[in-house]
Amino acid sequence: MTDLLTANQDSLKTVLTAPPSRADYSEGVAYLESLPSRLVRVYLPLTIILIVLLFPFYWMTLTAIKPDEQLLDLDRFNPFWTWNPTFKHIYKLLFETNYPLWLWNTMLVAVCATVLSMIASVLAAYAIVRLRYKGAQWVGGAIFLAYLVPPSILFIPLSSVVFQYGLFDSPFALILTYPTILIPFSTWLLMGYFKTIPFELEECALIDGASRWQILMKIVLPLAIPGLISAFIFCFTLCWNEFIYALTFLSSTQNKTVPVAIVNEFVDGDIYRWGSLMAGALVGSLPLVILYAFFVEHYVSAMTGAVKE
Amino acid sequence: MADIALGQVAAKPAMREATAWERLRANRNWLGFWFMMPAAAFLILFLAYPLGLGVWLSFTDAKIGRTGEFIGVENYTWLWDDSVFWLSIFNTVLYTTVASIVKFAIGLYLALLLNERLPFKAILRAVVLIPFIVPTVLSAIAFWWIYDAQFSIISWSLRHLGLISGNIDFLGDTWNARWSVIFANIWRGIPFIAITLLAGLQTVSPSLYEAATLDGATRWQIFRYVTYPLLTPIIAVVMTFSVLFTFTDFQLIWVLTRGGPVNATQLMATLSYQRAILSGQLGEGAAISTAMIPFLLGAILISWFGLQRRKWQQGEGND
Repeated sequence: MTDLLTANQDSLKTVLTAPPSRADYSEGVAYLESLPSRLVRVYLPLTIILIVLLFPFYWMTLTAIKPDEQLLDLDRFNPFWTWNPTFKHIYKLLFETNYPLWLWNTMLVAVCATVLSMIASVLAAYAIVRLRYKGAQWVGGAIFLAYLVPPSILFIPLSSVVFQYGLFDSPFALILTYPTILIPFSTWLLMGYFKTIPFELEECALIDGASRWQILMKIVLPLAIPGLISAFIFCFTLCWNEFIYALTFLSSTQNKTVPVAIVNEFVDGDIYRWGSLMAGALVGSLPLVILYAFFVEHYVSAMTGAVKE
Repeated sequence: MADIALGQVAAKPAMREATAWERLRANRNWLGFWFMMPAAAFLILFLAYPLGLGVWLSFTDAKIGRTGEFIGVENYTWLWDDSVFWLSIFNTVLYTTVASIVKFAIGLYLALLLNERLPFKAILRAVVLIPFIVPTVLSAIAFWWIYDAQFSIISWSLRHLGLISGNIDFLGDTWNARWSVIFANIWRGIPFIAITLLAGLQTVSPSLYEAATLDGATRWQIFRYVTYPLLTPIIAVVMTFSVLFTFTDFQLIWVLTRGGPVNATQLMATLSYQRAILSGQLGEGAAISTAMIPFLLGAILISWFGLQRRKWQQGEGND
């Protein structure tokens, strides 16, 4: 840990102390910093990091629309650009493979698992935060611990459980196991949200004779809509992203989800497979990126909210 | 929990039937029990039970399609003498340590950069998060193509810059493969760390920076004595998660190398998948998974308590 900190401090020290002049320190006020110094200290490293972060997507997109002969001939064509974009790979993907079916499977599993988890975690979070039954705090802690149990140590016993329950190779195997990843996360997130809703509102409702169920449905949930959206899209993304359960519990081609299908069905040793492989990766990412573009703020608050608690 | 709740309720003398029912309906424990039911059912059936079952399986010789007999610690003694298992531990520890440290350093740096006054800040922040949104498997496939032995764009660029003469065999050589998967993992992990730390940074009141500036603190001192102490709690949580998920990583390795070449990138998770699912040795695979648990607990304790103590040293409340 100390190594970690010193390593980090050193890197930061060089970056933060090197470029700006001494005089700038005594001023110490950011808005007086000159433009050239800011260019070196902020914009340059930011640009480099952004390019590295985004390059794989650029490359993915470019490969997906490049004609085959340009893909593998790096000497006659500049690999960083193409003047003859083609939709052949994407067309082939959508009309000559099972890709739409896999997309549908992924969507179905993600939506069902997310809805199930949301119902379960709204109830659980409300009970922990507001009903405060005996031992609620301990249950809250246990749920946080459940969040820390990674799928990679669960998939072996889960596969035998899935067999026992007769769910193997059916979407239900995933719909029922994904909530174990999602419920701890979204319960924890919603607990944070419910805590911010004024207690007095519920007391008023109780005095007016509302039942706990009515309070939850008519007062708490409408006020927690931003939190619900955050939890929903984050869960949805997690489902879409999940790999190891889908890889283990599904075997037949028509049941697979996009990540598993791409890895298993597209890798056939064909030297021209890269175009369709990248098209598959691109089309598989698009739904999430579009969803994300509409809900950036919710997304960020989901990510940070669950951590802040 | 349920039994206690039921017992207490039942013990109360029922004056009228309706009253008892109404009391029951208003009883926190009774209501709490029903509200917790769905979540508890999922977590017990598909999390707690498999977790226990996994430990049990590691003491049996279970195979796919055959429930095993109890064989004591035979799986573990077998693994103890298995050089591939030790190699996988080495790989996993290396992978986790290097990736976590670099992710933290760059992630924090990126967070500090994004916390500056920037034009289009919201858009920048949104763009930074994209690697985290896109499913790991799909971005790993992009990396697979970038790391291709023959047509790698990195090799091509370096060759045209005159830095190397031949193509780099990214995934075919032992250490190249290790650094390549570590790089891909870092790439994927930075946005999460940067954005969560950025959220932490934004809660730091600007007046503290003003005060520090007036007292003549340098930029570095401001970071070290103002920003960093205030960030420690959130760093603790973020790094705990980061270490945890790096240690148990499976997807990235599976797509890029499947543990190859010659087990050079075999992590404990991929090894357990190979042994349990591909070779059918459920017991042995479960033993490998179970062997991950102490490491995970250790990692959680180190990053959690290591940083929590700092928080306490700074004189903040222990909430």
